[in-house]
Amino acid sequence: MQMSRNLNRRLLLTLAGGSFAFAAFCRPCAVLAQPAPAMATAFVKSTGDRMVAIINAAGTTAEKQPRLAQIIETSVDVDAVAKFCLGRFWRTATADQQTQYTKLFHNVLVNNITGKLGEYQGVTFMVQQAQTREDHAIVGTTIQRPSNPPSKVDWVVSGESGTPRIIDVIAEGTSLRLTQRSDYAAFLSRNGNNVQALIDAMRQQLASNG
Amino acid sequence: MSADRSTRLSLLVFGALVLLAGCATPPSADDPEEVAEFQQTNDPLEPTNRVFYKVNDALDTAILKPVAQGYRYAVPQPVRTGVHNVLANLGSPVLLTADVLQGKPRRAGDVTMRFLINSTIGVAGIFDVADSWGYPAHDNDSGVTLANRGVPSGPFLFLPILGPSNPRDAVGFGVDIAADPGTWVGSGVAVQAAGWSKTGANAVDQRERVLDPLDQIKKTALDPYATIRSLYRQHREAQIQTIRDDNAGTTPVWFRQHPVTPAPAIPASDVPGVPHIVDTGTLNQGK
Repeated sequence: MQMSRNLNRRLLLTLAGGSFAFAAFCRPCAVLAQPAPAMATAFVKSTGDRMVAIINAAGTTAEKQPRLAQIIETSVDVDAVAKFCLGRFWRTATADQQTQYTKLFHNVLVNNITGKLGEYQGVTFMVQQAQTREDHAIVGTTIQRPSNPPSKVDWVVSGESGTPRIIDVIAEGTSLRLTQRSDYAAFLSRNGNNVQALIDAMRQQLASNG
Repeated sequence: MSADRSTRLSLLVFGALVLLAGCATPPSADDPEEVAEFQQTNDPLEPTNRVFYKVNDALDTAILKPVAQGYRYAVPQPVRTGVHNVLANLGSPVLLTADVLQGKPRRAGDVTMRFLINSTIGVAGIFDVADSWGYPAHDNDSGVTLANRGVPSGPFLFLPILGPSNPRDAVGFGVDIAADPGTWVGSGVAVQAAGWSKTGANAVDQRERVLDPLDQIKKTALDPYATIRSLYRQHREAQIQTIRDDNAGTTPVWFRQHPVTPAPAIPASDVPGVPHIVDTGTLNQGK
C-alpha cells in the first residue's frame, strides 16, 4: 500500500513536472497541440491508477460515482468530445442549444462510463509507450478483467488546452467518439436534423437511466 | 451437407433476395456534407436492414437472450469457459484454412498445435492447455481472407438471424461453412442432431459473452441500430488490420535460439521536461 502510494506520488510529480515543462516551453507555440509521448504515457498511467483505485475500493457504486465523475471531468476534454460528436450539426445549432447539449453531454458521458462499473471490478491494466500522431498522442493499454480475455484499449491524448487531456478511447478498434457521433447523426437524420429533438432525447435518456 | 448448414445457407440466399426490396433515399446533392455522410455510412439498404434488425431484436428478446441469461445463471464460469473452449477447438479447421490462405505461417502453426494439444491433453478441447504452452488463441475467417485479397466490404447488411455483416463477410461466412469438415461428414439423425447442437451451443455461448455490452448499447444509444452498425464496421476493420500486420515467423517463443529482443527503452529525449520538447517547439515556431 505504502509502495503504491509512493509510486502514485512519483507519477503525480512526474506529471506535474511534465505539465510544467510543457506549459513553459509550448504555450507560445499554439501549433504544437501534441503532448510529448512520455508525458502522455505518464498521464494515462496516473489517471488509470486513480480510476482503478476507486473501482476496486470497497463501497457502493453510488459512492464511487461522484469520485469517478470528478476524474473524468478533469482528465477528459469533455467539451471538445461533445463538439466532435455533434459533427456538422454543431454549426446549425443555436448558441443556447450548444450550451444545453454540452451540459447534457457531460452527464451522458459520466453515466455511460460509470454505468459499466460493475463489469470492471478487479480490473488491472498495463500501459505501453505512447505513439505520436499529427496533433495528439496515442497511449496503448492492455486491460485485464477477471475471467475475461485481455482487451486492448488505446487512449488518445491531446495537449490542445495546455495540459494533456483525453479526447478519445479506442476499445478493440472501436472509437468511443466516432461511435457516439454516428449514433447522434443517425438519430438526427431520422428526426429531421433537428438538434432540439436530440437534446430532448438526451434529457429523457438521462432521466430514465440516471 | 448437414441440415443446419444447408438451412443457414438457404437463409442467406433468402436474405439476399429480400434485401433487394428496399433502398434508402440518397440526400439531395446541394449539401455536400450530408452527401459525404451518406457515403460514409454506406448503408443504401437501410430501410430493409432496419426491418431485419427489428425482427432479430424481437427474436433475441423472446428467445436467445433469456436462454443466454439462464445459461449464465445455471452454469458456473469455469464450465462455461470449458464449453467455449470445446466450441473454439471445433472451429480449428476453419481457422487453419483462413490462416493458410492468408499466408500466415505462425498463426497456422499455432492453430495446428492448439488443436493437437487441446484435443488430447486438453480433454477434447475443454481445457486450453496450449495457451500456457506458448500457442495463444487468435481469430480469423474467410471474410478476412477476402479483405486481405483486396475485396471491398460493400454496403452494410443486417442479415436475418446472423446480424450485422456486409456482402464480403456474408460470402466469407458461406466459405467458412464449406471449409468446415463437419459440413461434409456423414448423414443420419445422430450427425444432424450433433450439427444442430453445435450451432445452438455456439449461439448461446456467443450471446452469453455479449450480454453486458449489448445491454449497455441498448441502454445508452439513441439509435442502437446505427451504433451497432458503427461498432461492427470499426471492429471488423481493426481486426482485419491486426491480422494483416501480423507477419510473425514460424518459430514459437520456446524454440528461439537467440534471446528475445528487448523492447526499445524510452529515449532520454522523450523524458518530460528535457530539451526534446524545446526542439520541436523551435521547429514549429520557425515555420
